[in-house]
Amino acid sequence: MSTEILEPEAAEPDLAQMDCVYAKPDTLTDTPSHYCPGCGHGVAHRVLMEVIDELGIQEQTIGVAPVGCSVFAYQYMNVDMQQAAHGRASAVATGIRRVHPDKYVFSYQGDGDLAAIGTAETIHTVNRGENILVLFINNAIYGMTGGQMAPTTLLGMKTTTSPLGRTVETAGFPMKITEMIAMLPGAYYVSRNSVHTPNAVRHLKKAITKAFQYQKEKKGTCFIEVVSNCPSGWKMTPLQANEWMEENMFPMYPPGEIKVPKP
Amino acid sequence: MRGTDVSDNSNIRLMKGNEALAEAAIRAGCQAYFGYPITPQSEILEYLTDEGRRRGMIVLQAESEVASINMVYGAAGAGARTMTSSSSPGVSLMQEGLSYIACAELPCLVVNVNRGGPGLGTIQPSQGDYFQSVKGGGHGDYHLIVLAPASVQEMADFVFDAFNLADKYRNPVMILADGALGQMMEKVEFRPYNPADHIPPKPWATVGKPKDRERTIITSLHIQPEKMEEINLHLQEKYRRIREREVRYELVQTEDAEYLLVAYGLVARIAHRALELARAQGIRVGLLRPQTLYPFPTEARRGFTTQVRGMLTVEMNAGQMVEDVRLAVEGKVPVDFYGRMGGIIPSPEEIVKALEKLMKNSVAETAEVY
Repeated sequence: MSTEILEPEAAEPDLAQMDCVYAKPDTLTDTPSHYCPGCGHGVAHRVLMEVIDELGIQEQTIGVAPVGCSVFAYQYMNVDMQQAAHGRASAVATGIRRVHPDKYVFSYQGDGDLAAIGTAETIHTVNRGENILVLFINNAIYGMTGGQMAPTTLLGMKTTTSPLGRTVETAGFPMKITEMIAMLPGAYYVSRNSVHTPNAVRHLKKAITKAFQYQKEKKGTCFIEVVSNCPSGWKMTPLQANEWMEENMFPMYPPGEIKVPKP
Repeated sequence: MRGTDVSDNSNIRLMKGNEALAEAAIRAGCQAYFGYPITPQSEILEYLTDEGRRRGMIVLQAESEVASINMVYGAAGAGARTMTSSSSPGVSLMQEGLSYIACAELPCLVVNVNRGGPGLGTIQPSQGDYFQSVKGGGHGDYHLIVLAPASVQEMADFVFDAFNLADKYRNPVMILADGALGQMMEKVEFRPYNPADHIPPKPWATVGKPKDRERTIITSLHIQPEKMEEINLHLQEKYRRIREREVRYELVQTEDAEYLLVAYGLVARIAHRALELARAQGIRVGLLRPQTLYPFPTEARRGFTTQVRGMLTVEMNAGQMVEDVRLAVEGKVPVDFYGRMGGIIPSPEEIVKALEKLMKNSVAETAEVY
């Protein structure tokens, strides 16, 4: 795909004469992003913060950042935040929510954090039905440390620690932790989404909005997976990465609502 | 309140050390407790689940000690007076979390009712976790403030002190007891304490960001080395202030002492009996009992180097605190060690024997020099 580089207009546009149709919400800071071009984290951050802004709950929200690429989530999210040890975000969120039972608490975690080192904390937090939102970004790789195999890495997928492709013999199967989570009675709402198209973004936004509503009603844990990409780790352009994700990740991790409240 | 009435005063009870500690935590205004069962401290979790919950405490039995300490991190960061408790193997699992808590400067109390190790070891009392407790324990340069009770009374008293110190310095505080102190019953009197008079405002806590203030971030990540060094220097400066102001110890019959016993916790009480036996034989011996293991009473020991002919450190381990005693006296007097391991408690008679050996050797050394 070629990109046309536009020449700047000769005269500065008069902003006062223009309608503002889209703006950055106050729940996002002005910090320049450290995420790689094409990475899904930026959009996922934006959607989460947009919902918090639209619901008007910025002052009542406390977030927990993980270890991994999104360790710096607190640089962009303009809400009170705690950074947790690797895998322990849901335990930290439990501590916060128990102390502030009427506030909104979310954890934002990647696949290595949530589905490998933090599996025990994840499962027990949901099993207790802690009234928090767990936002789980699954890009099937450890991005921050340079692209190693993750619990969700697909069979045959090449990473720096599965250079010939992941095999069952040496590394077992890709973990469908979201389906496991949905089996737990403490999980009230479980959904799998993505952020690679405007339509997908709209679905994710709806899911997060519901999750905060359920949290307000103290219904139990809401767990939202975002199947995402890692252009740098996957060694692809952003466009290739999104196409590869649709073709290969979606069959294993199909988007859609997995557990919804009974009417 | 549980325990047996031993007087008309409702603040005086006959209780196990673990129960007294738990009762004190409720009275100290601890808002949230997170714990996991392990012998010999499970009574703390049990007492708080029952009595603490009834009196308004948030009590959660976590899935592991790893989860417990991270729940403490979350609750402390959210502004609550909070604690956890465990015993040696469980405290090992908490070391990562403690390192994060120390760096993020979150006040909390961690109780270690020390049992014999290494490994799964034994449920009997031990002081084998001294190094882990006072030198940091987890990764990086940090210290806990470590209090060492020697009675059921101090199991209660030190809880109030621990929470006050934690808030004063925004630092995790450990009460390092042992299995015997946790399990034995003694009379305990609870001091009058109104938490509202002691808990300071916590403007740094994550409680939700009002429009008129910047967001609060609790983190131990500072990826720029210059910033990370600055954080380290700040922590080291705090530890220097703690060493300057918070040293606590007890002296027993040291005025005329020619020899000094050094022991903490349960062993200090046995050493006290050994002191009486030795004095009956005409040996002029005193006892120094550190109540704070970090900060360590270094100056107090140094003061004795011109007075005594030798020191005997007694511990329920292979010789850990003795290293700090030797550092303090800088070779000016001989420092011997006597210890038992694996859950064995030394007897007063054994300590007297070790003292006699020290006397023989220190006289011989003196003879060699002169």
